[in-house]
Amino acid sequence: MILDGKCPTGPIEQTWDKHRFDLKLVNPANKRKYKVIVVGTGLAGGAAAASLGELGYNVQAFCYQDSPRRAHSIAAQGGINAAKNYPNDGDSIYRLFYDTIKGGDFRAREADVWRLAQVSNNIIDQCVAQGVPFGRDYAGYLDNRSFGGAQVSRTFFARGQTGQQLLLGAYSALSRQIKAGTVQMYDRREMLDLVVVDGVARGITVRNLVTGEMESYAADAVCLATGGYVNVFYLSTNAMGCSVTANWKAHKKGAFFANPCYTQIHPTCIPQAGDYQSKLTLMSESLRNDGRVWVPKKKADCGKHPSEIAEDDRDYYLERKYPSYGNLAPRDIASRAAKEQCDDGRGVGPGGRGVYLDFEDSIKRLGEDTIRERYGNLFEMYEKITDENGYKRPMRMYPAPHYSMGGLWVDYNLMSNIPGLFVLGEANFSVHGANRLGASALMQGLADGYFVIPYTIGGYLATVKPGQVKADHEEFKKSTEDVTAEQNKYLAINGKKTVFEFMREVGGLMWENCGMARTKESLETNLQKIPALREEFWKNVKVTGSGAELNQQLENAGRTADFLEFSELLCRDALHRNESCGGHFRSEYQDAGEAQRDDVNFCYVGAWEYKGNNKTPELHKEPLKFDNVHLAVRSYK
Amino acid sequence: MSDHKTMTLTLIVWRQKKANDPGKFETYTAKNITEHHSFLEMLDCVNEDLIHTGKDPIVFDHDCREGICGMCSQVINGAPHGGQDRTTVCQLHMRKFKDGDTIYIEPWRARAFPIIRDLIVDRSALDKIIQAGGYTSCHTGGVADGNAILIPKPVADEAMDAAECVGCGACVAGCPNGSAMLFTGAKVSQLAILPQGKGEAAARVKNMTETMKECGFGNCSNHYECMAACPKGINVKFIARMNREFIKSLIA
Repeated sequence: MILDGKCPTGPIEQTWDKHRFDLKLVNPANKRKYKVIVVGTGLAGGAAAASLGELGYNVQAFCYQDSPRRAHSIAAQGGINAAKNYPNDGDSIYRLFYDTIKGGDFRAREADVWRLAQVSNNIIDQCVAQGVPFGRDYAGYLDNRSFGGAQVSRTFFARGQTGQQLLLGAYSALSRQIKAGTVQMYDRREMLDLVVVDGVARGITVRNLVTGEMESYAADAVCLATGGYVNVFYLSTNAMGCSVTANWKAHKKGAFFANPCYTQIHPTCIPQAGDYQSKLTLMSESLRNDGRVWVPKKKADCGKHPSEIAEDDRDYYLERKYPSYGNLAPRDIASRAAKEQCDDGRGVGPGGRGVYLDFEDSIKRLGEDTIRERYGNLFEMYEKITDENGYKRPMRMYPAPHYSMGGLWVDYNLMSNIPGLFVLGEANFSVHGANRLGASALMQGLADGYFVIPYTIGGYLATVKPGQVKADHEEFKKSTEDVTAEQNKYLAINGKKTVFEFMREVGGLMWENCGMARTKESLETNLQKIPALREEFWKNVKVTGSGAELNQQLENAGRTADFLEFSELLCRDALHRNESCGGHFRSEYQDAGEAQRDDVNFCYVGAWEYKGNNKTPELHKEPLKFDNVHLAVRSYK
Repeated sequence: MSDHKTMTLTLIVWRQKKANDPGKFETYTAKNITEHHSFLEMLDCVNEDLIHTGKDPIVFDHDCREGICGMCSQVINGAPHGGQDRTTVCQLHMRKFKDGDTIYIEPWRARAFPIIRDLIVDRSALDKIIQAGGYTSCHTGGVADGNAILIPKPVADEAMDAAECVGCGACVAGCPNGSAMLFTGAKVSQLAILPQGKGEAAARVKNMTETMKECGFGNCSNHYECMAACPKGINVKFIARMNREFIKSLIA
């Protein structure tokens, strides 16, 4: 099937404004008759629930944490992009649009990216109005820093906790609506199924994580803002609870999964210390503004204390390879370059899996106080984890899974191929193409939540009669029975291996064979091993306790079971895409280490349709057209 | 990885199956722990052993494991988050302990935080305080340009100092009165310092402190235990600021 993203046509500058006018409206008095479910309360979900509630819709919001304020958007450190051009350094909506299309290695839709760049400025204004304490100068003006993949300073920040402050802004707006009664908040709930009636999304089945009870919620539209799936690698920068489950359940109910192989490996994370490790910690990309990345030129120097390695014996490989962007090369490129140096035997630290991020020159130039002022909390975090002082000794960094550009397929209105199912933020695939630029995730989450869904959902709801399906409908009963049966199955197996052991194993396979570099051979290995591991899981997993209580193993068992299915799709997508682009690097397709795209055969969105358990999924394509940005080889040299 | 020294520790952990169960301490042994384990990774290891022997693992709240989501919440040897300066449980590392140590682990204990299970408590009272006024009543869209109101750096910085709160509740757990004054004071102050929040400052402080009382939190009697326990180092001066805002609201 050829998919249609229903993007508006005509001059790109007018697309969003024209589309907004063309969208149907719901009369203010009728809005409260429509129920909207929002799953996830991060930047996208929190902003959406707050904005839709304020418009007058009857909103129900869900999160698995104990409070909507804890969604993983909170961990974003460095900043949020906007095309304000406050520094007068040549930025514009067009440039942000251009950089994002190019940064995504020409695998995103032009119209969606244009809209993102256009509303980026509104986001900053909105957050300031909420009381987000962005960094400012002494005169009181908003301050900017630069980030990877751009040559202008367009990144707004709140110390090293920008995600936290933006999320607390969205959470405060959401709290105001909860108080006003327009949003009902359900915390400690995990969505375990999408309920579809006659091809239309009508609600969700959730597990109350405290009591274990299954609950049914019906609505006129369902918005998934359920984040990304890089915990499929087991070790990642994501929170422990981040999973593919909500998206995967929707996929199994018919929603197409687009470009799952586009995964972002972030170049600067604290290297793994041991096998027991449960997660990896990111160090903001903003550190590359003042930190220089290097490894020893000579293998023999790798074991030495960094201060004993002479300047001439250091290889500042990013500055050498990409002189115009230097240490601010985009993430996919910086990560691959780090791997390349380590594979060459010039990595540092345990196992040779690390590169130095060195602040010595900046400290000499600006003084330690300025560096502390800019990144103090990051240095503190680094020291807590590694017991090393980053001011005195270069930090050790290694790439780690961080973000998923792929996600559920949506059209320009953020609606999936299932009518009534909308997907927002990292959970959809729409704007980052094959690689996301730094400080763009926060921008997308808030753009979708504050400024896109409030318009586009109205266009859909205006065409449907409210309240057609109630939670006592047969499909809800069936969904609850199916989910309960699955839970009981986990509990009944009583095997020998824990859920974590399985997750570590599948994550290991994914990192080894489908991580920063992939080959036909490595992917085919995974397509053999993953189904076998899945089979073992269903025979040998051990989950204690019962389903009628707070049971964290049971929660993780469900998430792991979904990862064991989803990981296969990810590998299949990576195998079919015989090209390298952005975060998807197939070793067979390269030009001296640089990704080699194949625009003749692969300039499309690959969206997969679920065909049943252990059946081969079907690929649908949405061709990508570039009318405004010339398709070119991406160069940061 | 390079480290070969391992520790064996005795854990004395609060176990409580349900909200109304009496609960009790149970003793466990943590083996093969290295200095690089985080405290929660040490508990993960203990839990894996428990599951293998068919026992229910210790239940605890956690999520981001990088000190920012505010989900983790354990009192370790009597100190919320374990007593390391500006550190959440998830960022506490085992290098702070030594081989043979006995470690007591308990949930947050406060009237306003009922226990749900083991080390997990219900902190929804903190959400209620924010819902009572921890926001500016701006609408989505239709706001002024971000540079329309100038906020000099020292003012923005002070607001940020207050805004860093992660809402974990350690301040309440550390306070002998179970008071949420530091949590509430931080939000009241952030919004009272910034020009955007000044218009509603009087109503905000009244509503938020009223809700604080209704939720069963105690009052402040200047112990400063909250500041000592706070993983973000929120200063008690924000409690003083809230008190001033409260007094101002009476004559506003």
